[in-house]
Amino acid sequence: MHEYSIVQSLLDRVEAEAAARGATVVHRLRLQIGEMSGVETALLRSAYETFTDRSICAGADLEIVPVAVRWGCPACGTDLPSGSALRCGDCGGPARLTAGDEIVLERIEMEVPDV
Amino acid sequence: MCETCGCGDPDVVPVEVRESLLAGNDRTADHNRQHFAAQGVMAINLMGSPGSGKTALLEATAARLDGRQRLAALSGDLATDRDAARLARAGIPSLSITTGSACHLDARLVHEALHELPWQEARWLFIENVGNLVCPAIYDLGQEANVVALSVTEGEDKPLKYPVMFHKADLVVLTKVDLLPHLPGVEIEVIEDALARTMPEPRVIRASAVTGEGIDEWLRWLEGRQADSTAVAASGEVVAGG
Ligand SMILES: Nc1nc2c(ncn2[C@@H]2O[C@H](COP(=O)(O)OP(=O)(O)O)[C@@H](O)[C@H]2O)c(=O)[nH]1
Ligand SMILES: [Mg+2]
Ligand SMILES: [Zn+2]
Ligand SMILES: [Zn+2]
Repeated sequence: MHEYSIVQSLLDRVEAEAAARGATVVHRLRLQIGEMSGVETALLRSAYETFTDRSICAGADLEIVPVAVRWGCPACGTDLPSGSALRCGDCGGPARLTAGDEIVLERIEMEVPDV
Repeated sequence: MCETCGCGDPDVVPVEVRESLLAGNDRTADHNRQHFAAQGVMAINLMGSPGSGKTALLEATAARLDGRQRLAALSGDLATDRDAARLARAGIPSLSITTGSACHLDARLVHEALHELPWQEARWLFIENVGNLVCPAIYDLGQEANVVALSVTEGEDKPLKYPVMFHKADLVVLTKVDLLPHLPGVEIEVIEDALARTMPEPRVIRASAVTGEGIDEWLRWLEGRQADSTAVAASGEVVAGG
């Protein structure tokens, strides 16, 4: 259940951004979570609900954008179809994950007092 | 919004962050990596299920080396220091990192432990991660290589069920092969085929801590990996210096 650790990092980051801008309320967060990131979206959501209860994120919407797995060949740049062997069809080199391992905080929408 | 008095109405502002939530861990891991490089120590992140034979592999490694090479070990354990005690008995200076409820080691836990263990004298530092096929895979510790111990009794489908860990593995040590004669249903080729579907560069060593099979090959792999990383570091210095 490293989803709790992930939510802790998320809170730390959001609190720092909020403090830097004097924000008092967070409305919405957007994350990108890759299908091969090792993070379970459902577990992440329940950790988020439990953990953010009394934080600046309390009540803030959590939007999770899933990112599909993509493999490519680092040697020749070819995209490999998903589910195929992890070898480049053109040059035979080993494939690399080019997308799908994201655990990324994209965007925070927060309420900043008017000056 | 406050049309009556117009005082200090809050505005909702979007802040684009676009940063990995692991960035903090990754920075600490890079810091650990610099420590290891500065001392010429190769750190290995040894992962696998509980009971897959991680500690036994390290015991067999120490027994084969018989003091010819200095080792050190950190072992992540939920509650006890039994693994560290076993490794110490095998002659490996060891320290246990008790993680409590956390199911994985992270770079900060390793960094703190580096202050407690005389790892600088070792040539190889083994970090036995918490037994778990999911969580440890996403936390970089600053290691040179990821090694997964997978026992022949775990089921052929484990690589396909836990692709995140296996796709990041530089090496899989297939452990307990001495048990194969007692496991008529297990075909080693099926396990290796599953590994080839999750590892872009599948590298597998069949080993047994009981018979000692594969231990020499494992030692050669470690030697080779260290030679490669030293060569890369040396060429990096040339580039940086020029
Ligand atoms: N037959 C056999 N048993 C092994 C081997 N390696 C480990 N074991 C046994 O498997 C169990 C778990 O081993 P251990 O090293 O503690 O696994 P860890 O939890 O991954 O560190 C112990 O009872 C070991 O004696 C092996 O190569 N062959
Ligand atoms: Mg162990
Ligand atoms: Zn975890
Ligand atoms: Zn190619």
